Amino acid sequence: MRDPKVTVKIPRPLYERIQEVITDSGFSSATDFIVFVLRDLVGDRALEKADPTAGVQDNFTKDELAEIRRKLENLGYL
Amino acid sequence: MIAAHGGRLINRIATGAQRDELLKIAEKAPRLTLNERELSDLEMIGTGAMSPLTGFMGRADLNGVVKNCRLSTGVVWPSAVTLSNKDGVAKVGETVALHDEGGKLIGLIEVREVYSYDKKDEAEGTLGTSDEAHPGMQYLMSIGDEYVAGDVWVLNMPEYDFANENRLTPRETRVLFKAKGWKTIVAFQTRNPIHRAHEYLTKCALELVDGLLIHPLVGATKADDIPAKVRMDCYETLLERYYPKDRVALAVYPQAMRYAGPREAMLHALLRKNYGCTHFIVGRDHAGVGSYYGTYDAQEIFGNFTAEEIGIQPMMFEHAFWDKVAGAMASNKTAAATKPEDKVFLSGTKVREMLTNGERPPVEFTRPEVADILINAMTSKASV
Repeated sequence: MRDPKVTVKIPRPLYERIQEVITDSGFSSATDFIVFVLRDLVGDRALEKADPTAGVQDNFTKDELAEIRRKLENLGYL
Repeated sequence: MIAAHGGRLINRIATGAQRDELLKIAEKAPRLTLNERELSDLEMIGTGAMSPLTGFMGRADLNGVVKNCRLSTGVVWPSAVTLSNKDGVAKVGETVALHDEGGKLIGLIEVREVYSYDKKDEAEGTLGTSDEAHPGMQYLMSIGDEYVAGDVWVLNMPEYDFANENRLTPRETRVLFKAKGWKTIVAFQTRNPIHRAHEYLTKCALELVDGLLIHPLVGATKADDIPAKVRMDCYETLLERYYPKDRVALAVYPQAMRYAGPREAMLHALLRKNYGCTHFIVGRDHAGVGSYYGTYDAQEIFGNFTAEEIGIQPMMFEHAFWDKVAGAMASNKTAAATKPEDKVFLSGTKVREMLTNGERPPVEFTRPEVADILINAMTSKASV
């Protein structure tokens, strides 16, 4: 199975600038911030076409998502 | 899917190696015991239900909330989310372990600030009154003079003796809505059993959207409110019999009531956005208590902000009742009935009296199955 995440390289000065920007902002890492900005810019629409749970799924590990689905199934919702 | 309030769904629940590390820190840290409201707030900050908050408020945020209904960043936020510094335990720069009243470790706070705030100013800003009879003011008077601010981590989720399977976090409800294919979801907040009037509002709302989330508040309420455990039985029975199964979900909302009327209605709406809801029902006297707020104040407050700032669509409803002339549920906006005697409505006091006497209210007011659960609960309470 393909790794659901990929590595993207960005210029170090930009990375350092992002680290400054996110100080005390609530973002726990530069990666979190970059993913947030890119989602905002590109949107989740294309991802959603491929996978209806894509917009939320990528924040979970496989086990976490399976556990949530089990919980929702037990409630009779899925 | 709708963005969380402030743009990003917060997750302050520590897991894996990070949790192991924080557990070691918490073991040696000074301890602060949370009251019921603080415990609910901590849980909600941790799960992202209170996004964009990452911890308990400092002075700048509290001041912004009190004076302008906004956080210091400018994001609309109507209510105080504060942690009291019992016995002066917390000191700036320290990490403090947060325990529930039973002694269980729930999380920790990285103390950024310890400060005092005038309780009267806070109450007038957030509750609209500093009357000592208001339950929100009583709460403020019951806690200490100092607040502790800082980011938190949840290490263990609080444990409850009911509805554990229905405790869905914002991340979980978002998965649910995605999986169901619901693009538009209306949330219904309640701290009461669902009577026919509420059933009518929720079904009117559901006609306009894809899904309905019945989202009862189960945090601390006044002693004379119907206990959440009893209410859950009512909701489950009602949903089983009278709602479409593929369009409705029931999950609990852990917040403690502030009884802050319009400001709390706003909080209830904004936080449902974090759960992935796009619409929110605002009825008459939402989150009100006594006669502190006007019947429709909780609807009018939304007019003070732009739609973009709020980000969730409030669905305003007038007072609903059974219209004897039309033979249907209606509101003053839609009723054929004009005379009071043609509108079936009972006061809370009257309903309570009937239930305590083992008497079912009229079927036009309450479904008999719901009435029976309430009668059972109230008569057994009365016989204790």
